[in-house]
Amino acid sequence: MKRTFAILLRNPLSLLGLVIVAVVVLSAVFADFITPFPAHAGAVVDFANFNKAPEWPYVMGTDLVGRDLFTRIVYAYRISLILGVVVLVLAVPVGVAIGLLAGYLGGWTEYLLMRLTDVFLSIPPLVLAMSMMGVLEPTLTNGMIAVTAMWWPWYTRLVYNLTRAEKEEGYVLAAEIIGASRLHVMFREILPNCVPSIVTKMTLDLGFVILIASSLSFLGLGVQPPTPDLGSMVADGAKYLPDSWWLTVFPGLAILVAVFGFNLVGDALREVLGAEQ
Amino acid sequence: MSHPFLSLRDVSKTFHTGGREVRAVDGVSFDVDEGECLAIVGESGSGKSTVANMILGIYPQTLGEIAFKGSALPGRRDLVHRRAIQLVQQNPLSSLNPRRSIGASLRLALDVHEIGERSGRDERTGQLLEEVGLPAAFRTRSPAALSGGQRQRVAIARALACQSELVVLDEPTSALDVLVQARVLKLLNELREKRGLTYIFITHDLSVVRNVATRVAVFEKGRLVELSPTEAIFADPKHPYTRRLIGAVPVVTAGEAELRNRLMEKTDANA
Repeated sequence: MKRTFAILLRNPLSLLGLVIVAVVVLSAVFADFITPFPAHAGAVVDFANFNKAPEWPYVMGTDLVGRDLFTRIVYAYRISLILGVVVLVLAVPVGVAIGLLAGYLGGWTEYLLMRLTDVFLSIPPLVLAMSMMGVLEPTLTNGMIAVTAMWWPWYTRLVYNLTRAEKEEGYVLAAEIIGASRLHVMFREILPNCVPSIVTKMTLDLGFVILIASSLSFLGLGVQPPTPDLGSMVADGAKYLPDSWWLTVFPGLAILVAVFGFNLVGDALREVLGAEQ
Repeated sequence: MSHPFLSLRDVSKTFHTGGREVRAVDGVSFDVDEGECLAIVGESGSGKSTVANMILGIYPQTLGEIAFKGSALPGRRDLVHRRAIQLVQQNPLSSLNPRRSIGASLRLALDVHEIGERSGRDERTGQLLEEVGLPAAFRTRSPAALSGGQRQRVAIARALACQSELVVLDEPTSALDVLVQARVLKLLNELREKRGLTYIFITHDLSVVRNVATRVAVFEKGRLVELSPTEAIFADPKHPYTRRLIGAVPVVTAGEAELRNRLMEKTDANA
């Protein structure tokens, strides 16, 4: 763990990624203290300062009802991160468990579980999430459910393939010959060997979950106003391009930077953990 | 009438691969006596590993019966049979889980078979390590920190952890270099005497056979073609295939043998 961290710090790109991720996460956590107008995260109207180009104290300008854009972007990060973490916390255990079962038990179990997974994978993710959001009410909770529903199959695929490879290793046979239970073999022998790949994918995915959640809210199917959300901010501002460019450019950049940061860290982790094995 | 320790009667195994039937083992019968070391030799594809896998219960036989101490072994083994028959694999690199400590790998056998008090099991893993000539402190290490020979000793300790009676050794020394090989073989011989173990030793290395085996079973194309005491096989191989197999061993001249003996004495003194 220590060594992994040391290698990450040595590579300039992964260092940049770590810095971005740290800044995004810390600013989201401490949003109440670092933003100039915390009240602007909610339903506030200030027509004296509406639609202002970036100027002090509105470093990124204000939106159409006079709220500070910088404040809203930081709070939107908070929502996005909560959504990303919740989605992964829900999707990863489900996907991992199904992948382990299918990969280790084989036979009919494998057939049923993997075909089910294929069904989910065969629907374009955005279409699946859109149709779910169309049926459900567009709230943050339902957004999480929709994104979770499209996310777990990727972990099933990953863990299924890893399990199939690990199953051939001698240590699995050794545990079976000793008489260990299937649960022990799956969760105590095979799973620990899948953890590096799972952690790497989770880091990469945190960025992608933010992206897909933004896409949904861009289409009006995500978080609803007045809760700040990067996707809906871009969508709302797009109508006023190019005059009020800050309405779109800053939230858009915010998405880009966050996704980029998580990707850099994920890529670096993949290299470091891959080389370890 | 006493039952043989392990007996195989007309055991066959047919594999179905790609629509074709392959008979890997064809009507094999033999007994293994308690306390002996039976070597199973043969080329790759001769069915020797298939026989071992059926004895271990990795897969069931297609036909015939395998009996342990007079009772037929079921295709699906219960814990009693698992406990009695253990395995040491060829490759000590992959047979130990890289993400678990040596102690955790050894403790598994104790936990599964509920051997000893729960609180004393960690200490017991230390004793097991000492029994195979490793320091007890190794139990906190990861397999990556051990050499090939040390790992194979851990694998042997694991096979003994559940107080097994029959150990199938699947080419346990072929992945090790020659000096380590000799020491591991010596350890195996000592353990067999001390614990009264029975070995089934699968190998294609006839020089190893000479060092450890009491009897030798020769397999060719899924059939048992010869089964004799070790000296008899080397002195007077009956089956043409056995003769070819022995003929394929590199010959050691008298001079080389003497040199070897002198060097071995030195090595032993240093070890």
